[in-house]
Order: sequence, then C-alpha cells, then structure tokens
Amino acid sequence: MAVYERTYHRYDGPMTTPRRRFLVVPRYALAGVMRSRAFVMFYLLCFLPPFAGLIAIYLRHNLSALKLLNVPLDRLREALPIDARFFAGGLSLQGFLAFVLAVVVAPALISPDLRNNGLALYLSRPFSRAEYVAGKLSVLALLISTITWIPGILLFLLQGYLEGAGWFVAQGRVLAALFAGSWVLIVSLSLLALAVSAWVKWKPVARIVLLILFFVMNGFGRVMEMALGTWWSELLSMRVVVETVWAGLFGLALPTGMPAAAAWAALVAGSLLCLGLLLRRVRAYEVVR
Amino acid sequence: MPAAPIIELDGLAVSLGGRLVLRDLRASLAGRCIGLLGPNGAGKTTLLHTLLGFFRPAAGTARVFGKDIRSETAAIRAQMGYMPETDSFIAGMSGVRFVRLMAELSGLPPAAALERAHEALFYVGLGEARYRPVDSYSLGMKQLIKLAQALAHGPRLLFLDEPTNGLDPPARRRMLDLIRGIRDGGEARVILSSHLLRDVEECCEEVLVLKEGRVAVYANLEAERRANRRLLELDVRAADGAPAAPAFAELAAALGCESAPGARQRLKLVLPDGVEARDMFQLAAGAGMQIRRLDYKRDSLEDIFLKAMEGDPDGRV
Repeated sequence: MAVYERTYHRYDGPMTTPRRRFLVVPRYALAGVMRSRAFVMFYLLCFLPPFAGLIAIYLRHNLSALKLLNVPLDRLREALPIDARFFAGGLSLQGFLAFVLAVVVAPALISPDLRNNGLALYLSRPFSRAEYVAGKLSVLALLISTITWIPGILLFLLQGYLEGAGWFVAQGRVLAALFAGSWVLIVSLSLLALAVSAWVKWKPVARIVLLILFFVMNGFGRVMEMALGTWWSELLSMRVVVETVWAGLFGLALPTGMPAAAAWAALVAGSLLCLGLLLRRVRAYEVVR
Repeated sequence: MPAAPIIELDGLAVSLGGRLVLRDLRASLAGRCIGLLGPNGAGKTTLLHTLLGFFRPAAGTARVFGKDIRSETAAIRAQMGYMPETDSFIAGMSGVRFVRLMAELSGLPPAAALERAHEALFYVGLGEARYRPVDSYSLGMKQLIKLAQALAHGPRLLFLDEPTNGLDPPARRRMLDLIRGIRDGGEARVILSSHLLRDVEECCEEVLVLKEGRVAVYANLEAERRANRRLLELDVRAADGAPAAPAFAELAAALGCESAPGARQRLKLVLPDGVEARDMFQLAAGAGMQIRRLDYKRDSLEDIFLKAMEGDPDGRV
C-alpha cells in the first residue's frame, strides 16, 4: 500500500505474538492517562507518604541526624514504632489515594470505548473480551501497585536492612500482608471501578457514581450499624470491609465487630459480581431484547 | 476451475434475544466482491457479526477460508478487516494513532503498524488530516477512517457494512472507487453489505439477497450480465412498415436462434454462441426488412431484488 502507488497491498511482514499483542491495550491506555498533567501531578503526590516513611526510617537509624534535630532516640521509637501498625497505616493511607486514582483513571479507560462503539473494533481482531478486560485492569493494577505494595515492600526491606535480621524475621508476616493486602485492594477496587465505568458510559457520571458508592455507602453502613447494632450493615462499606481484611492479614485488632471471614466473603462476592457485570457489558454489540 | 469459496454457509441459524434472526442459511460465496443485500432488518449485519464471532450460531455453522467460525474465531479474525456500520472510533486519539493502534492489535509490530497507518490514511484520502483528533472528523471522514483501520493490517477479506451511509455524492463516488480498486487489485476479497442497490451493482460480482433472515436469492451478477448480452428484443418491420416478427423468426432460426413472440408484436431472441447482434441487422437487410428497435433484455439487480422480495422465502424466485 505504498503512498505513491495509491493501491492496496496485503501485509506480509513479521507478526507479533499473542502475548505481546496483549500489551498493546495497556501501553496505549497508560500513555492516554499520562497525557493529563493534573493526573501526573496527583500521581506524584501519591509518592509523598512513602517518601515520608522513608525519612522516618532513615531518622530512626541515623543518630547524628537525630542529634542535629535534637530528638531523643527513645522518644522517637516510642512515638513512631516501625512495626505492623506502621505499615498497615501506610497501606490504609495509600489505599485512599488508590481509590482516588481509580476514580480518575477507570472511567477514562472503558467509558469512551463503549460510548463510541470502539469495542467492535477491538473485538473484530484476534483479541478476546477477556484480553480487553485484563488489558484495562492491568493499567489500574500497575498504577496502584506503584503506590501501594511496591513502595511498602521497599520501605520494609530498608527497615529490615537497617534494623537487622532479627527484626526482619520477627516481622516477616508484614511483608506477606503488604503484598496480599495490596492485591486485595487492587483487584476489588479495579473491578468495581471498571464495572461502574462500563455501565455508566459518561465519564463524569461514572466518577460521581463511584464516589457515591464509596462515601455514601460508607456513611449508610455506619448509620445502620449504629441504629441496628449489628455489623452486617458494615458490609456495605468497602473501606470497612477492606480494612477488616487487612487487619486480619497484618494480625491487628479488627476495626469493627465484623469477622475477617465475612469481610473476605463480601470482597470475593463483590468482585465476582463486578466481573460478571463487566463481562456482560464488554461486548462488540449489545443485543436489545 | 471454479474459485475456492471464501465463505460457506452451512445451515447457519442465529438467535438473538430469543428471536431467530437468521434461519438455515446455505450458500457458497467465491467472488472478488460479494454484495449482501436486503431490506432493513433482513439480517445482513447479524450475518457479518456472526462470521466475525460476535454471536454464536444457534444451529449450523459457517466457514471463512475453510475455517469454522465456531472453533477458529481468532484465526478468522486475523485475516479480516471490518468496517462497522455505526460510528466507531477510540476517542482522544489522532487519526494516525488510532489506525496504528488497530494495526498493532491485529498483530503488526509497532514500527510496521505506524508505517501502514500512514499509508492507509493516504490511501483513503485522509493523509492531510491524519494528525487531527478522530473526534473532530466529519461524518464522511469518519467513514474513511473506518475503512483505513479495516485495511491497515492488510487483511485477506474485508467486511464493509453500509460503507456509503451518510456520504455526499462525491464522497460516495470516492468510497465506491476505493472499493472497486481493492476488488480489482485482487489482494483482498470484499463483502459489501448495503441496502443501496446501486452501490452493490457498481462493485459486486455476486449478490446474496436476504429476506427475513433467510437467503431469498443468490445471483452471480457477472454470469447474469453475460447471459443478458445473449437476450434480445426486436421490433422488425417489412418494407411496407407492417410487423414482420414471424417471418424474421424463421430466418433467425436458420442461424440457430431460439425465439418467442414478445409484447406489441415484438420478437424475443436468444443468440447462440458465435452469433452477434450485428448478424441480425445483416439478416434483416438481406430479407428487405428493417430492425426499428433492438434492446438487450437486461435483468437488472433491481429486478432480481424485487423478484426476491416477492418470491418464496426459501431461495426460489
């Protein structure tokens, strides 16, 4: 199909493998997300809490710096213990930022494709619905990973290196909890955000629906819990459910009366529901009954 | 030797939303450009979508280049380019980035995809607009970029669903020229779905007419055109101006022509191989007769379509 010839010719060059083809969607989606300066600014801000954690760990192990700041080591150790609570608190803060990130990014990933009938173009190629969903999910997974478990584990490794092998072994559960807890958040949050974006084709409305689901359901769950005196209503609150799962993973006290098993069950059921809703919507053409 | 079929429909039936939309479709299509005709709701787009693997057959199956649509969807899609009927694009991208993305999804490496995207956009006439956001394109430009994304990866088979929808006459002419160019190049086969008879007649060699989800008629337009050239209708007069059809029929029979009386004392003739229309003029002149009117009895696509719409819904016209 040379330009000067203006004729159609078939392509007979090398082709990419299906695995490499799968990366096309996340690559383009990520590039699209990063085009927004406001988003890049917010994304950089998400690294401030891990950076603060890095400074705290550094100060705890640098006596000369503490002397310079006139802070006694004992008081610092008492005020800021580096243990499961430190990492769980950090994950909780990063979890909130991850939610904001998902609210901003997820609707931009799927809603425009559905609104402009783009799915027919994706799915008329050797590219499946599952690959499309996985490709879009991987964008959220990558972005949320870089602000949750990756900096968390780097901080843990730094603390273990500075504190010694004894601390590392004693706090080994924290490492697993950081990784597993982050992925619990990544999977459930991404599926929820993408499912909402798939059903609400207009980006601003999808963002509002996500905020309602998070904050209003949180508040509603809390009010019902106070009125009825039972933890069942807290299952409506994603924040409480996720923090209960995290508390179980980190070995900390549960935030409410909700058992960790109930929180796990709610998360798995919710994620499966979101996956079902997502796959139901991600079709080349909708059949109107 | 007959060409290998591109698409074979083998009792294909498709049910959508509990309603049978396609019923027992049977056909073997082999032309360079095949038209899918039918009124709105006949099942043309559903057939294309089923061949692309968007809908699962309720019964029967179909094969594209010998590959079964039930089990080899990915392999079939790898050889296809699809231009949907509705507005379809990825928002927030320039034309060239959009076409490149589509080519990469079809399996081209990034550098080759970029090169082919530029070429495809120049080919369809969007070279100057290739860096503009697709969202800002006019309706005609969106039709052209849909064609570009269907072509960029160099498919063997193109599905064009109502490609001239919403185009003004010059843009329609350009689109049909492009389709004919692809057809004549011979590098890709084209399936053209349209409800516009003229579009199909100008581009296609074969036509499959659908009616209420069934094959109403399958016609090889090339064969029809060849056959039509052998059918004549004549108005023959003697030297005094009186109708002379019976006498001329006897003369023509000597050349091996079959004849039948037509309306208004005209004569219908079927020319055998080796006998041309000019032989009829020579025959009339030799007998002192005049041929005052000669028509090729042309069965147009419109005739075929109208007969199909009136005929039984089982393929007989």
